[in-house]
Amino acid sequence: MKKTILAIAAATAVAAMAPAMAEAKTKACFIYVGPVGDFGWSYQHDQGRLALEKALGDAVETAFLESVPEGADSERALERFARSGCNIIFTTSFGYMDATNKIAAKFPDVKFEHATGYKREHANVATYDSRFYEGRYVIGQIAGKVSKTGVAGYIASFPIPEVVQGINSFLLGAQSVNPDFKLKVVWVNTWFDPGKEADAAKALIDQGVDIITQHTDSTAAMQVAAERGIHAFGQASDMIAFGPQTQLTAIVDDWGPYYIERVKAVIDGTWEQKATWAGMKEGHVVMAPYTNMPDDVKMMAEGTQAKITSGEFHPFTGPIMKQDGTEWLKDGEVADDGTLSGLNFYVKGVDDTLPQ
Amino acid sequence: MGILEAVLLTIATAATPLLIAAMGELVTERSGVLNLGVEGMMIMGAVTGFAVASSTGSAWLGMAAAIIAGMAFSLLFGFLTLTLVTNQVATGLALTLLGLGFSGMLGEGFVGRPGVKLGNIDIPVLSDLPVVGKLVFGQDPIFYISILLTAGVAWFLFYSRAGLTLRSVGDSHRSAHALGIKVIRIRYLAVMFGGACSGLAGAHLSLVYVPQWVEGMTAGRGWIALALVVFASWRPWRVLAGAYLFGAVSIGQLHAQALGFGIPSQLLSSLPYLATIVVLVLISRNRRLTVMNTPASLGQPFVPDR
Amino acid sequence: MRIELIKRPQHSALFSALSPFIAFALTLAAGGILFAILGKSPLAALYSYFIEPLTEIWSLHELAVKATPLILIAVGLSVCFQSNNWNIGAEGQFIVGAITGSIMPVLLPDFQFWFVLPLILIFGFAGGAAYGSVPAFLKVRFNTNEILSSLMLVYVAQLFLDWLVRGPWRNPEGFNFPETRQFHSFAILPEILPASGRAHWGFVFALLAALVLWFLLSRTMKGFEVKLIGQSPRAGAFAGFSDKRMIYFAFLVSGGLAGLAGISEVSGAIGQLRPVISPGYGFTAIIVAFLGRLNPLGIVAAGLVLALSYLGGEAAQISLGVSDKTARVFQGLLLFFVLACDTLIHYRIRLGTAQKPEGTA
Repeated sequence: MKKTILAIAAATAVAAMAPAMAEAKTKACFIYVGPVGDFGWSYQHDQGRLALEKALGDAVETAFLESVPEGADSERALERFARSGCNIIFTTSFGYMDATNKIAAKFPDVKFEHATGYKREHANVATYDSRFYEGRYVIGQIAGKVSKTGVAGYIASFPIPEVVQGINSFLLGAQSVNPDFKLKVVWVNTWFDPGKEADAAKALIDQGVDIITQHTDSTAAMQVAAERGIHAFGQASDMIAFGPQTQLTAIVDDWGPYYIERVKAVIDGTWEQKATWAGMKEGHVVMAPYTNMPDDVKMMAEGTQAKITSGEFHPFTGPIMKQDGTEWLKDGEVADDGTLSGLNFYVKGVDDTLPQ
Repeated sequence: MGILEAVLLTIATAATPLLIAAMGELVTERSGVLNLGVEGMMIMGAVTGFAVASSTGSAWLGMAAAIIAGMAFSLLFGFLTLTLVTNQVATGLALTLLGLGFSGMLGEGFVGRPGVKLGNIDIPVLSDLPVVGKLVFGQDPIFYISILLTAGVAWFLFYSRAGLTLRSVGDSHRSAHALGIKVIRIRYLAVMFGGACSGLAGAHLSLVYVPQWVEGMTAGRGWIALALVVFASWRPWRVLAGAYLFGAVSIGQLHAQALGFGIPSQLLSSLPYLATIVVLVLISRNRRLTVMNTPASLGQPFVPDR
Repeated sequence: MRIELIKRPQHSALFSALSPFIAFALTLAAGGILFAILGKSPLAALYSYFIEPLTEIWSLHELAVKATPLILIAVGLSVCFQSNNWNIGAEGQFIVGAITGSIMPVLLPDFQFWFVLPLILIFGFAGGAAYGSVPAFLKVRFNTNEILSSLMLVYVAQLFLDWLVRGPWRNPEGFNFPETRQFHSFAILPEILPASGRAHWGFVFALLAALVLWFLLSRTMKGFEVKLIGQSPRAGAFAGFSDKRMIYFAFLVSGGLAGLAGISEVSGAIGQLRPVISPGYGFTAIIVAFLGRLNPLGIVAAGLVLALSYLGGEAAQISLGVSDKTARVFQGLLLFFVLACDTLIHYRIRLGTAQKPEGTA
């Protein structure tokens, strides 16, 4: 009994200390699903955290937990963060969605930011995501121009809407410059297994593709492409070091601007709930330098990037047919965000059956 | 390069690390020791190999360092299970846990750095032969080591005196001890050989397969290697067959997908595992054969009486 | 220096009691050195690891949540391992138990009655047991090595769950994201003391299972049978025990408990099925079983200690910025020391200097 009272006293002391600390320094905390050393998804979020530290200096203090499994563990990790005096917590994987909302209910004074999810059940939960498909359209166009065989290979992780958006957007981009362009898709059922990603890249190349793009995290496919003398696109981070003659460009996830903006809002007291789905315009989706391609292709890519950035062009603009040949978008019609965020069908021309 | 040749090459690359790690474990198990720490030793080899290669610029030095690292790590296992007679299953699991954590710590500074690839050996003219040219005469050095290793282990176990001694230790450590054989010393050597092989297999991953370092890059291959040993009922050439079969099924499912068959990819991904079970059942049905090849003292501790 | 083991005539009660403490002290020392090398204060790090998670009520609840699946699976495994059956596939049985247990809340969401909860627990147990019976059947019928068949079945179960959650069982209102619908309230395993934390009744099941199996193993004929067959199948056969029946028994018990752990985790801690529901509980439980020396009551303690090391790892990450790999190295060290110290129970160690060390090159 005595112990219990002590513990409660300790807990209240910690709780009481938290706001006091906040006045001095704002604490921003991050939960990653993988190790920061994956050089992919979690690595890029951690780069965002470092950018935040650099930008705000002494005004901010950060902490992170890596390799936190989705499920029961994430709830505990979140609660520990909330109790340790974090003012704002970024949960950087879809699987943390329900845990984020549950813990947010318990700690109304702490702000929660959940990446790639759709649930905002409490006023202190915001969501954020990036329109990676904007970059996919640009690299699709490049592929359409650069490919000699007219077939690209796509190494895909899991059939979730974000990945399906990417496949469709890539193919639409390619078909905009080469209507007969074909796409082969291999699902590896992992975000991260360098060996398997390399095998998938080899299998695709052996079947005649001469451009590889991927929605998995490691640089393995880039290295295989370099070895086989074909071209590839980097994913999540700039992978030029792994294929100086191979990488055409890379879609870089830059979370830094968002993290800085949101933590500043906490400091200023202007933070409020919102759903952010930002892309090239806001600087969340960044294209690595265009390399290893003729100047006219480079100019085309830069032109498309500029149009998407200015909002003049949306990759999902009709006419677009579904894979089965039925109409999805009429001429000039633009897909709404609701459909996009739950996308579960292919557009015409994908040489694969979408796993259902 | 024709598609058949290309596919065969891919299969060979996928099979090589499995083959090497499994061959080491086979020798360890033939001496009567079950080391479940293959995954841990392998990833220690991968990180050491990468770190040394990228610091010195020499992939060969990296490879040598990986072998030494695997061996050193296996000694930890040897000391516990052989000198202190701890439970081998638990100690092996602990070794894997330790290896996965420790390699992550060691490799922190090497993430995102391009590695040094161990170059292919290319025999002129011969490597241009159709279909088999590149496969037989133009591969990476570790591939050739893996084939030599298989032949060497097969010869050693069944045609050399030392191999006979090793097997007798694995079959009955009591009788071997009674004959004056130094059971513990032989087991130490066998465990170290297993560690060296696992280290080399790890080096293949980080210097040939995908020349880079990322945490957890072995992704369960150590466990597959363990399965292959039993799958092969402790026979070296069958380990080779098993490793290539496993490689073929895993690569085949990727090709099946790229061809656009509409089969759930999860089903295709589980094929290698289901195939292993089926072959396991087929082989083990022949009871006499299995019993003949299984090291009878496998996993049992030995403390010499004095 | 030469290390020699001399078998004690009977096992040492003194070291039996002392060895966990010696091991713990050694781990603390090694851990302290490790942290010092990393440039962290050893005292602060050890405090975060072993004390901080125990200072708050909610954290104690979390300790129970984390320990629940580990204990449930490990006590089942103790029967397996003691009878010399090497079930390495508890992870797969855990997953299948979670799947079969979820059939009702996922496929019949409108079927909401009080007896749904007991039913799904029974389904979970049965599913795990059924999946566990596959390697048992293969071993009995075809003499197939159970270490491998059970391990291979883990991968199959993981991929099957993945397929279910992304395909047929996907939440129709979930925007095509890979998860099932949330369990309705009649399918949720309640929290024991909802006011203070998250610990659910699964923890009570774990304690009960440990008690029952402890009683079974140490006080009944069945327990004698388990141990006799485990030590020598021949002796078991002479005593009239069936080796084959024992294989089934061991796998059904351990598979069933792993299945129960699976559905308890899903119904008590997660509330829905998702592509990955276990961070390797089935494998960690093997370690727990050995840490607890295959004794169900020891396993309860071991499960709590290991769970503490996970919680402590997080606490240290937050307060000191020690990386998550350190936590894993630390767990590995702890296990090594525990295993090494247990040697003292059965052997005396004599150090000599006469010869060169044997094999330690």
